[in-house]
Amino acid sequence: MLDWWLPENVSTFGRDIDWLFHLIYAITGITFILVAATMIWFLIAYRDRPGRRARYTHGNTSLEIVWTIVPSLILVVLTALSAPAWSKIKMTRPPSDFVVDVTAKQFNWQVKHPNSEKVFLDEMHVPVNKVIHVTLKSQDVIHSFFVPQFRIKQDAVPGRSIVAWFEVTKPGKYEWPCAELCGFGHSGMRGWIYVHSAEDYQKWAAENLRAEAKPAEQVAALAETAKPAETETGGKAKK
Amino acid sequence: MTAHVATAHTAHEHHEMSFVRTYVFSTDHKMIARQFLFMGLLMMVLGGLLALIVRWQLAWPETAVPGLGMILKETGGILEPSTYNMAFTMHATIMIFFVIMPILAGAFGNFCIPLMIGARDMAFPTLNMLSFWVTATAGVIMLSGFFVEGGHAAAGWTSYAPLSAVAQYTGVNWGQNIWCIALFVMGIGSMMGSINYITTIINMRAPGMHLFRMPLVVWSLFITAILLLLALPVLTSAVAMLLFDRTLGTSWFAPSGGGEPLLWQHLFWYFGHPEVYILILPAMGIASEILPVFARKPIFGYHAMAFSMIAIAFLSWIVYGHHMFVSGMSPSLGMAFTVTTMIIAVPSAIKTFNWLGTLWGGRLQFKVPMLFALGFVSMFVIGGLSGIFMASTPVDIYIQDTYFIVAHIHYVVFGGSIFGAFAGIYFWFPKMFGRMLNPLLGHLHFWGTLIFFNWTFFPMHIIGVGGQMRRIYNPMQYEFLQHQQHWNVFMTYGALLLGATQILFVINFFSSLFAGAKAPMNPWNSNTLEWTAASPPPHLNWGPRVPTVYRGPYEYSDPDAREDFLPQAQAPAVAGARRH
Repeated sequence: MLDWWLPENVSTFGRDIDWLFHLIYAITGITFILVAATMIWFLIAYRDRPGRRARYTHGNTSLEIVWTIVPSLILVVLTALSAPAWSKIKMTRPPSDFVVDVTAKQFNWQVKHPNSEKVFLDEMHVPVNKVIHVTLKSQDVIHSFFVPQFRIKQDAVPGRSIVAWFEVTKPGKYEWPCAELCGFGHSGMRGWIYVHSAEDYQKWAAENLRAEAKPAEQVAALAETAKPAETETGGKAKK
Repeated sequence: MTAHVATAHTAHEHHEMSFVRTYVFSTDHKMIARQFLFMGLLMMVLGGLLALIVRWQLAWPETAVPGLGMILKETGGILEPSTYNMAFTMHATIMIFFVIMPILAGAFGNFCIPLMIGARDMAFPTLNMLSFWVTATAGVIMLSGFFVEGGHAAAGWTSYAPLSAVAQYTGVNWGQNIWCIALFVMGIGSMMGSINYITTIINMRAPGMHLFRMPLVVWSLFITAILLLLALPVLTSAVAMLLFDRTLGTSWFAPSGGGEPLLWQHLFWYFGHPEVYILILPAMGIASEILPVFARKPIFGYHAMAFSMIAIAFLSWIVYGHHMFVSGMSPSLGMAFTVTTMIIAVPSAIKTFNWLGTLWGGRLQFKVPMLFALGFVSMFVIGGLSGIFMASTPVDIYIQDTYFIVAHIHYVVFGGSIFGAFAGIYFWFPKMFGRMLNPLLGHLHFWGTLIFFNWTFFPMHIIGVGGQMRRIYNPMQYEFLQHQQHWNVFMTYGALLLGATQILFVINFFSSLFAGAKAPMNPWNSNTLEWTAASPPPHLNWGPRVPTVYRGPYEYSDPDAREDFLPQAQAPAVAGARRH
């Protein structure tokens, strides 16, 4: 309940987003309670009763000024608090030598890891606690790179190459859906991102990013190395 | 003023007109209003059924939808992903363009504007008639798309290119073309209407009806008409470009030919955000009209109300980029749109506080129009507050394209626009049709709608925060969504009950239309000019003289007046004595 229905966050900038999320929960929650309570109070206190006449007033300029300025101030503060996180997530990115190339198509993510030309379908492997750059492209329609637990979303637009970034703080296997309607197969367009410890990633890369590795071996190797993914290996690797 | 004399003169030589001229190709603004109302309500049945089909699939994925087996024979009533995409695309398209716009702008615009400013009809009655028939033609064209090979448009009501621009991406060929053509025609019809509204309000107000004596619903329709006039041509151009891309190979939006997918989004949302205010402003106006009548009290802050609507109209042009924060648009531009979006929240807040101020110290009568107006205010508060999450760009990264957005839009356009429309129908039905609606059925309809609306749409915030994407066919395909599937089932029960509740409205509407109690001239003891005409008003609205206006529209409970209302057209005591 304390998370207010948000899934667990495992990325660095996700904390900034969640903090703002909870701040806005508080602001809007308190506003809603105040407005609703006032309204209910008025509805009960000023219900029609015989022998009473309504108050004849056309308004109050001081009140108008107050309820223009107070919301404005709250919104100015909220804008000021939103700006740094936005700047950190989208306007700048920390440097990294780990660049994953993702080309979306109907209805798969095609992934190329650093120093490898091999294309993986709906499957990405990255080390934990490392800034990852993702070069996003699309070969047909608009798709959207969404990993709920990383709090990241970025559209992949055909004709463009857009760089997004994230840094994960916890190893695991994370679901990676497409968030933008991309056709009849949109629902179910989904990959998995495997986040390994640095050593495990090295091991996985050594075994799987060699050009001659066969798909069946990759899947077997994956099941051994990717610890959090004990039960299933959802993705399929392809040449 | 000469126009009034001229029309007053023609009122005397009023003669019986043929059935076709009275009921079909009528130039009478009141008949055109009724035509728009019936068209909107009819389309609402279709739009609502499409919504229920979507909800059924989300709650019980890939099971046969009851009754749909007759139409989808091959699958026995089970939705396929492409049919599902078509269902939600057409639900939104129909509800926005062929339900809310015809009812709020078309029906109330036509009915209220001349009657409430003291005009005998619109400035251009023939253009007005054309406006309805062009819009109705657009509706028929839109419906024809259900019968073509490949099905109707399935790229979302936003029809993002290139998904919508290349037939092979959706498998829909003629459906999407028809979608473009229908919206193009609809845009022309709406332009005819808006020119008429603006001209009428500027030129044809009764003597004494200054701009700042106009009822707020007229202000809201005036501003809506200006937005329509400026926004709709952008949509008409965009859908024409999309149609050319699809049929002539122009490549405005498809990068394979040098086009730019984001150009579509810029054009669409440049129209699309003012459009949201086109959908909500008339409802705000209706609420501002009804609250004073049933609080027996002047509206709180009349000028603040009018100026906040003007502010919304200006700002609505420079906030549209908040739909595109993660689209690949420059993030610096995103920051600028955050600032404007935060600013536009302020006039909405001002309006809410003034509605509360109107209730303060009133003598509140909970009749059905009042209940719907209060429902409008409460639901609009929730829809407005949930918008703040989206205005904060970092938070929007996460909730963009989730059910949180779906919840927000429904609190604004159902909780806002549709509640406003119901409030207006219950309020003006006596004037429109000369009969009263049944209050008991009205109360049941209100409480059912309020409860089941929240039951259906509030949990969408929760599953949206949980990450459920909009426009997905089957949430159970995703592991991270499976734990909240019970909410989808819960919401679908709410939606079915919400739909069933509307049957009460249909029964009330038609039984009252033919057998309701005869409406008096002024059933709510209201001040505005339409209540000085007969119920329903005759052709050209008033007898030999149009009313003269002596005061603002909200003079309720003036301590110097004997009654608790003081109609705009009632001459002041001294002037009245001189006349007699």
